[in-house]
Amino acid sequence: MSETLRPDLAIIADNVAPGSRVLDVGCGDGALMAALRDRAAADARGIEIDAANVASAVGRGLSVVQGDADEDLADYPSDAFDYAILSQTLQTTRAPDKVLDELLRIGRKAFVSFPNFAYWRVRASLMWGGRMPVTRTLPVAWYATPNIHHLTIDDFRAFLKERDIVTEGAWFLNGDRLTSAAAANFRAEHAVFLIRRG
Amino acid sequence: MEHDERFGPARSVTLPGPLALDGGQSLSPVTIAYETYGRLNADGGNAILICHALTGDHHVASTHPRTGKPGWWTRMVGEGKPIDPARHFIICSNVIGSCMGSSGPATAAADGSPYAMRFPVITVRDMVRAQAMLMDHLGVRTLTAVGGSMGGMQVLEWAATYPERVKSAVIIASAARHSAQNIAFHEVGRQAIMADPKWRGGDYYEANDPPAAGLSVARMAAHITYLSEAGLTEKFGRRLQARDAKGFGFDADFQVESYLRHQGISFTDRFDANSYLYITRAMDYFDLAEEHGGRLADAFRGSKTRFCLVSFDTDWLYPTRESRGIVHALNAAGAAASFVELSSPFGHDAFLLDVPELFRVVDGFLKAGGL
Repeated sequence: MSETLRPDLAIIADNVAPGSRVLDVGCGDGALMAALRDRAAADARGIEIDAANVASAVGRGLSVVQGDADEDLADYPSDAFDYAILSQTLQTTRAPDKVLDELLRIGRKAFVSFPNFAYWRVRASLMWGGRMPVTRTLPVAWYATPNIHHLTIDDFRAFLKERDIVTEGAWFLNGDRLTSAAAANFRAEHAVFLIRRG
Repeated sequence: MEHDERFGPARSVTLPGPLALDGGQSLSPVTIAYETYGRLNADGGNAILICHALTGDHHVASTHPRTGKPGWWTRMVGEGKPIDPARHFIICSNVIGSCMGSSGPATAAADGSPYAMRFPVITVRDMVRAQAMLMDHLGVRTLTAVGGSMGGMQVLEWAATYPERVKSAVIIASAARHSAQNIAFHEVGRQAIMADPKWRGGDYYEANDPPAAGLSVARMAAHITYLSEAGLTEKFGRRLQARDAKGFGFDADFQVESYLRHQGISFTDRFDANSYLYITRAMDYFDLAEEHGGRLADAFRGSKTRFCLVSFDTDWLYPTRESRGIVHALNAAGAAASFVELSSPFGHDAFLLDVPELFRVVDGFLKAGGL
């Protein structure tokens, strides 16, 4: 399979140890799972809310269940996976803190990626335009966006510190290019964190 | 394999048994009617067992001998279909308790008379044990099991009872137990049959005068549960049957009445009332969690089987929450599970009808399992 992965997914795919057991929460049509299966021989499972996406993923041979991050994580046993992955989904959940707790209970480690609401274009849109931002990573108008819990990179860092969660890796993206950790809260459009329980 | 009498359409085998039953009795001998399509690979890895629903039979992709209609799942099984005799060795067997050739209440007992109500009460697990005997007879060791409705219950039971034999399991529009509502509808059907004076305590075979009126009402009540309200409204609405005005009587004024009466009557041509009692009872007794200490997840503990579940959004007989409950148990057990709720206006019957997404999902799932 040679499809091009979204940049945050490519980072995750490059950093999952071969042969791992992986749960992709909000797996979409299974692009990352397929890459992990094909490149890293991972045992990948997925949860996805949209029926058409689930049908596509199952149709390509992936183990995906229709469900949602807020409701359907409780049944998984603790430490069932080497990695739990939540890509571009955290900000859409009703209780992101509980979802993160569940992620770190189910997976020994977790990848979390999210759009950074403190990205400078977002700030500019609010400050100079006085309007909710519509950008590459936040492409939908305020009334239609699935994003209900916006956060910034610094919010996430503070949350991790509060909960004694350990950061094993962090990647910051501007478009499809990596950008440095310095001033990431200002310069990065989105972020990928690899975290584990402290 | 060409000359092997075990393989082909319209087969039947009588195995000595005894088959020990959940109810404490045993069945001996055990006759099983079945069909096979395609050829078993040298490594035996391409066997697919199709499990039929309540009133189904083994004619999954061949003409029904009594009705002359095509097989009941030709949309799923056949050349170029997700389950394809060119690639798969396909087996479909008639469940015990049925009237289509496998041992059931109409079968002659040791004394030469039909069992009738002397036939032992059976369970879904008993049906599956009988199928396992057939698989041994056919030389099938491991298999993929596929079924909808009661067929799905058998697939679940296969995975729980013979985990080492089931590589993949496809469970469509089904449940891991019968709900109070499911039991209630079945009881209406059974009471309709038993209230028919022609039922005679089940001994109607010799007079050849079966309780057709009771069985017909049972089928009518059940048929409503297979459809959705939206489907009924779209198909019939309040339209009148072959008349311009209400008749102010009790003929089938409405199209929906006429349709149900037809469904009921035509069913009595192909199905035995006592079999209907036995098989509905087996379904009502089905509760997979109960068989495993009350925890459904324990039915799948350590399972290497791959599972695929599909439900339909308008199915109120086995609604999505039933499938979701099974998925939660599979996740808790660490089993590989896929699940999707598909959209269809057809209610429970959707699993037998033309739902392209269903075929895509099943095809992809089977291929990913190397089939």
